[in-house]
Amino acid sequence: MAEFRMPSLGADMEAGTLVQWLVKPGDRVKHGDIIAVVETQKGAIEIESFQTGQIEKFLVDVGTKVPVGTPLAEIRTEGETKPAAAPAAALPKAPAAPKPKVPPASAAAPSPVQAPVRAPATPPAAPAAPGARVSPAARRLAEQRGIDLSTVSGTGPQGAITYADVEARLGVAGAPAAAPERKRAPALNLDAMRTAIAAAMARSKREIPHYYLEHQVDVTACEQWLAQKNAALPPDARLLIGVLALKAVALAARRYPAFNGFYRDNKFEPSQAVHTGVAIAIRGGGLTAPALHDADKLTLDDLMGRMRDLIQRTRAGRIRSSEIADPTITVSSLGERGVEALYGIIYPPQVAIIGFGKVVVRPWIVDGAIGPRSVVTITLSADHRVSDGHAGALFLAEIGRLLQEPDKL
Amino acid sequence: MQQETVRAGTIETTYREAVKQAIRDAIKRDERVFLMGEDVGRYGGCYAVSKGLLAEFGPERIRDTPLSESGFTGAGIGAAMAGMRPIVEVMTVNFSLLALDQIMNTAATVRHMSGNQFGVPLVIRMATGAGKQLAAQHSHSLEGWYAHIPGIKVLAPATLEDARGMLWTALQDPDPVLIFENVMLYNMSGKLAADAGAVDIDKAAVRRPGSDISLVTYGGSLWKTLEAATALAVEGIEAEVVDLRSLRPLDDATIMASVAKTRRAVIVDEGWRSGSLAAEVGMRIVEQAFWSLDAPLGRVCSEEVPIPYPAHLENAAIPQADKVVAAAKAALGRK
Repeated sequence: MAEFRMPSLGADMEAGTLVQWLVKPGDRVKHGDIIAVVETQKGAIEIESFQTGQIEKFLVDVGTKVPVGTPLAEIRTEGETKPAAAPAAALPKAPAAPKPKVPPASAAAPSPVQAPVRAPATPPAAPAAPGARVSPAARRLAEQRGIDLSTVSGTGPQGAITYADVEARLGVAGAPAAAPERKRAPALNLDAMRTAIAAAMARSKREIPHYYLEHQVDVTACEQWLAQKNAALPPDARLLIGVLALKAVALAARRYPAFNGFYRDNKFEPSQAVHTGVAIAIRGGGLTAPALHDADKLTLDDLMGRMRDLIQRTRAGRIRSSEIADPTITVSSLGERGVEALYGIIYPPQVAIIGFGKVVVRPWIVDGAIGPRSVVTITLSADHRVSDGHAGALFLAEIGRLLQEPDKL
Repeated sequence: MQQETVRAGTIETTYREAVKQAIRDAIKRDERVFLMGEDVGRYGGCYAVSKGLLAEFGPERIRDTPLSESGFTGAGIGAAMAGMRPIVEVMTVNFSLLALDQIMNTAATVRHMSGNQFGVPLVIRMATGAGKQLAAQHSHSLEGWYAHIPGIKVLAPATLEDARGMLWTALQDPDPVLIFENVMLYNMSGKLAADAGAVDIDKAAVRRPGSDISLVTYGGSLWKTLEAATALAVEGIEAEVVDLRSLRPLDDATIMASVAKTRRAVIVDEGWRSGSLAAEVGMRIVEQAFWSLDAPLGRVCSEEVPIPYPAHLENAAIPQADKVVAAAKAALGRK
């Protein structure tokens, strides 16, 4: 029996709240299937299974906040047979005491509803479950209509949220959505994200001895190649120069492994795979850098498609767990915002971040003559515990060289 | 107690009379049918159900038996296997325990054990329930025990129509059918269609439609539950009352349809709470309608004591309308 655990979605993550199961006991899952949604400081993250098998049972209730590493479900892996009799082990409860989701409701209630004296003797109620009481009917309706139960106050027995309470909340939320789209707007908690960024960046600057290199690269060839390529493509399939930059970084990182991997426990672990984290600004503030997996192996068209998808999902608050935890190197670009260079702070436990500025037309000497060329400033912030400036310079130069031959990317 | 309006072709009658007419009708329609039990002949039945039938049909069809539940129930089983259609009357369910071996080990199993060569088309009627100050040995409600047994059907007619109509349908069944008549219903009077006849025996019935909570019950508790529903309506709570009618098999579809509508349920059962039919109904609701539920299920059952003799204690020991009202309000979070 394999355990599906609350994953660590970053070095700074200590706990997460199980928001939703996307499978049910008995369902078959395979490695990489998305099976749950977990709320973290980074927003709602879709969690993938690392096992292939059958969901045996859930160990944690939806709405419960549990520490990283807590088993969330049991997965019977291939080859295992169902035990003849399930051991009568009690549900392991989350060690962390989760906060009730609707303190206002229970606090506001004058007193817990007491059965009148005449009520027939009922067995003593079970100890209060973690989190607010939500009736099954209410829970299902909320799930179907995308209502965050923490925004609903309960009027049922012992302050429980009932079907009618969710209906009332739907009424407040405006006309019921025509199609029950599963919007997860509330998943992005920008205050929490700011806290997470603060923790990660402070740690980075405290622990990582950064060094910075800058390289100006003529990308005229890229622009010309893109103009030609995009002329034949419909607008939604056109490539952006950022994709060329991503691919060039990924290829260079494969060649210079000292910039691709994790520094953990006083030791650098280079990564075979290149998963480039793409820094994505969230509207309204906040930032995250989910991974484009195996960016060095994708075609430019695929990379473009993946990047669009990733940006859309990130802004909708639906990132997958592997995308959060996996980046081996980060690429950030502020060119669209007009700045010419950016010096990034490494996202631990990664060891490098590449910055791209705005592409500007400059007087440039080509073959002994001054001419207008499109130039971009590429920067490298790297971890001096892992690499030295010499290697950094070669790595950065390699990126520049790769961008001279866009057709080979 | 019947709320039905008087219409042409209805008669004023009682539950006792409806049962008697059902027996008369069956004896007249099918020459294989006969009634057998303690005091059913000369005494006219312990609850006077068969009064006058001996004179009308003679000792061949209305047979007094010795005080031996096991013996005459076994005789009924044999007669049924041999082609007759006996109606065995056991005075009360309390005494039926003496015949439990015949009912469970023989009647319910013969078809299974004979590889379908023999069946037992037998009907056993018995009285059940408390409320007549007959003390513990005459007042228990054990129909839930019988509802545990595969191979038989268990019915609980609560209305005049069912008292009149269930017997004939039960006699058509190729397997044993037990009919439980609550002692408090025999004197219930009301209107019944003059041409009332056979009714189905496999469906529950919604006796009062409602939107806020399902009150699931059967037998003598039906009328207390309807009284509770009326009281709840005064407070703006519309209860739906489901009469199980058949305790085995249970009509899950009707129960679940009601719970899906109201999202709450209280089960009213004169049996003791532990291991009760109410527990079975509740568990089925949890199994089949969990995602429709808005509140914990409630139960109103008998207190877990031998039914007391003093009237005030007897009344306190069994389900009453005020207990049903309280349980319904608790499920709705109302005081």
